[in-house]
Amino acid sequence: MVRLEKRPSPSAFWQWATPVLAVVLTMIAGGIMFALLGKNPVEAIRTIFWDPLFNEQFAAYSRPQLLVKAGPLILIAVGLSLGFRAGIWNIGAEGQYIMGAIFGAGVGLALYPVETRWVFPLMVVAGVFGGWLWAMIPAILKTRFNTNEILVSLLLVYVAQNILASMSLGLLRNPEGGGFPGSRNLGQIPAMANPELIPGTGMHWGVIAAFVVVIAAYVMLQRHILGFHIKLSGQAPRAARFAGVSPQRLVVLCMGISGALAGAAGLFEVAGPSGQISIDFNVGYGFTAIIVAFLGRLNPIGILLAGLLMALTYIGGELASFMLSLPSAAIQAFQGMLLFFLLAVDLLTNYRVRFGAKREVA
Amino acid sequence: MKRRTILKGGAALGLVSVMGGRMAMAQGLEKVKAGFVYVGPIGDGGWTFQHHQGALAVQEAYGDKVEIVWQENVPEGADAERVLTQMALSGCNIIFTTSFGYMDPTNAVAAKFPDVKFEHATGYKRDHANVSTYNARFYEGRAVQGHIAGKMTKTNKIGYIGSFPIPEVIMGINSYYLHAKKVNPDVELSVVWAFTWFDPAKEADAAKALIDQGVDVIASHTDSTAPLAEAAKTNGAVIGFGQASDMADYKPSPRVSSIIDNWAPYYVKRVGALLDGTYEQADAWEGIAGGEVEIGEITDAVPADVRAEAEALRDSIAAGTYHPFTGPINKQDGSAWLAEGQTAPDGDLLGMMFYVEGITGEIPS
Repeated sequence: MVRLEKRPSPSAFWQWATPVLAVVLTMIAGGIMFALLGKNPVEAIRTIFWDPLFNEQFAAYSRPQLLVKAGPLILIAVGLSLGFRAGIWNIGAEGQYIMGAIFGAGVGLALYPVETRWVFPLMVVAGVFGGWLWAMIPAILKTRFNTNEILVSLLLVYVAQNILASMSLGLLRNPEGGGFPGSRNLGQIPAMANPELIPGTGMHWGVIAAFVVVIAAYVMLQRHILGFHIKLSGQAPRAARFAGVSPQRLVVLCMGISGALAGAAGLFEVAGPSGQISIDFNVGYGFTAIIVAFLGRLNPIGILLAGLLMALTYIGGELASFMLSLPSAAIQAFQGMLLFFLLAVDLLTNYRVRFGAKREVA
Repeated sequence: MKRRTILKGGAALGLVSVMGGRMAMAQGLEKVKAGFVYVGPIGDGGWTFQHHQGALAVQEAYGDKVEIVWQENVPEGADAERVLTQMALSGCNIIFTTSFGYMDPTNAVAAKFPDVKFEHATGYKRDHANVSTYNARFYEGRAVQGHIAGKMTKTNKIGYIGSFPIPEVIMGINSYYLHAKKVNPDVELSVVWAFTWFDPAKEADAAKALIDQGVDVIASHTDSTAPLAEAAKTNGAVIGFGQASDMADYKPSPRVSSIIDNWAPYYVKRVGALLDGTYEQADAWEGIAGGEVEIGEITDAVPADVRAEAEALRDSIAAGTYHPFTGPINKQDGSAWLAEGQTAPDGDLLGMMFYVEGITGEIPS
């Protein structure tokens, strides 16, 4: 008989081994799925995980693209992880990402055609502010009226999407675009562009910001009193209160930081890889970042690796999709398996698997 | 913006003919690898499905001499640029990008791969010699639908589910309304904007809203079968049309006819030109005559005389003896657009941002 026994404290070994195990299990289950679809599973897995990094034909292009795709994921996920650690659930990063892009692009376009190098930094500030502001709505509602921040932040995503559509069709529409929805292409306006800083590396300001934030979050969690309060609130809320942590303040802080970082990610994306505000500007980074945060164990370094891994499955998935004619739904299912297995094997962190009947204690 | 549509007004003026000779290839290719980039899933039953049928027709036509690859559900923007680059790197000779929103990515990637041909559906930018554009004159099909709608409505209220307020859609609304009005002066048109190309739930809501207003004939400019599914719940009181694809599952009613996008002739022609060395940069805008726009079977739910008239209308458009926008036509505000006997210049159509006289409501902005 197999049974589970709760560990006195979470296993340090399994905490780090479960993501690896989840990836391995995903490869096995995904391979079976690909085989059932009539594809060679080994070739499919190789195309997803190996070719973007080492295939001669693609790698020179795909490797830098990993950073482009991982940058916003990491930036958002680090912010979310702080709240998640403290038991504050910001599920609406997608909306904050949209609002950051709108605020940032809005400031830039309002100044058009001013050509000074101060435009871009201003846009970054506006983007951060936009994301922060959008996150403050659920934060204030929670602290004042005790509403559920999960629901409010999630529903605000849909509000943000409608504002985005309205901006694309109205206020921010390119006046020289012949009436078509979408703003001017910020990437083509030097003062507003967030370009690739070193050609062929994929590095843009957003990627640099992501790395800086990873380091800052790591230091904060290890050394700063706020990091201690966050961790304490998650692990022992009562003890945290005795230690003088104000839950209200923590909600505002964590929601604010995660909103600001999501807003920054949106701004860097709209000024860089995406280039313009359009009705379908958001492609789900805010939601995928939730997976990345958990895959990375809510740890900044873990999130860095998880973000890169997630980006790899996207880019490799695209390759597999057209090289092997895999349906895109199969790639999405493959990515879904990753989270599924992670949550499943996470059990091992907190529980020990025991074989045999429970011994009676005399 | 999700996908396709539109060549732009000014930019498209005078470009609606094949631009000759600029980059004729010296000789054909032995084998062609053709890539197709789709904005939706192949199984959408509409827009993307039809493009994929075109891709399969290419394979069918040339067998071993072509290899086709495709990718579905490609978001517009940064992701599209990466997918296009990877396709070009994988050795594609020609890449078809089948949605309006791929316009900038297509031109950006085309600059980096001058030896690869890029074909962008419904756009207007041809920044490089290796970028061609193609679209279809869907407004011709809308004329036929309008005729049927005007004859079939009992409440004198007809509806149109708009996707985005852009010239291609407005062109369709105007054509639909003009031809309904022509056979039924009492007809009133309601337009509902869904702001999506493909979202079955939103499309169904739009259809419900129209039905609640008393509309009994619905045309849609979105891609799913949801509006027909809503009409089917009314026990024959409300009819509609297949959009992009035939949507034959809803025959004979509520689906009484359809506009079928047939991209196969164009795809076969372009890949063939690459094989035999006659490929040239192009800006194609074909309609019923060129086979790109097909009118799906008009079912028995439509009386025989109406069917005969609709088919005659279709044939006169195909023969070039009738243009769906023939004056006198005024704009919504009463100002003159086309004089008696004058037909609409392509440039006017491609930049059309106004309703014709008689349509109530405003184009959202």
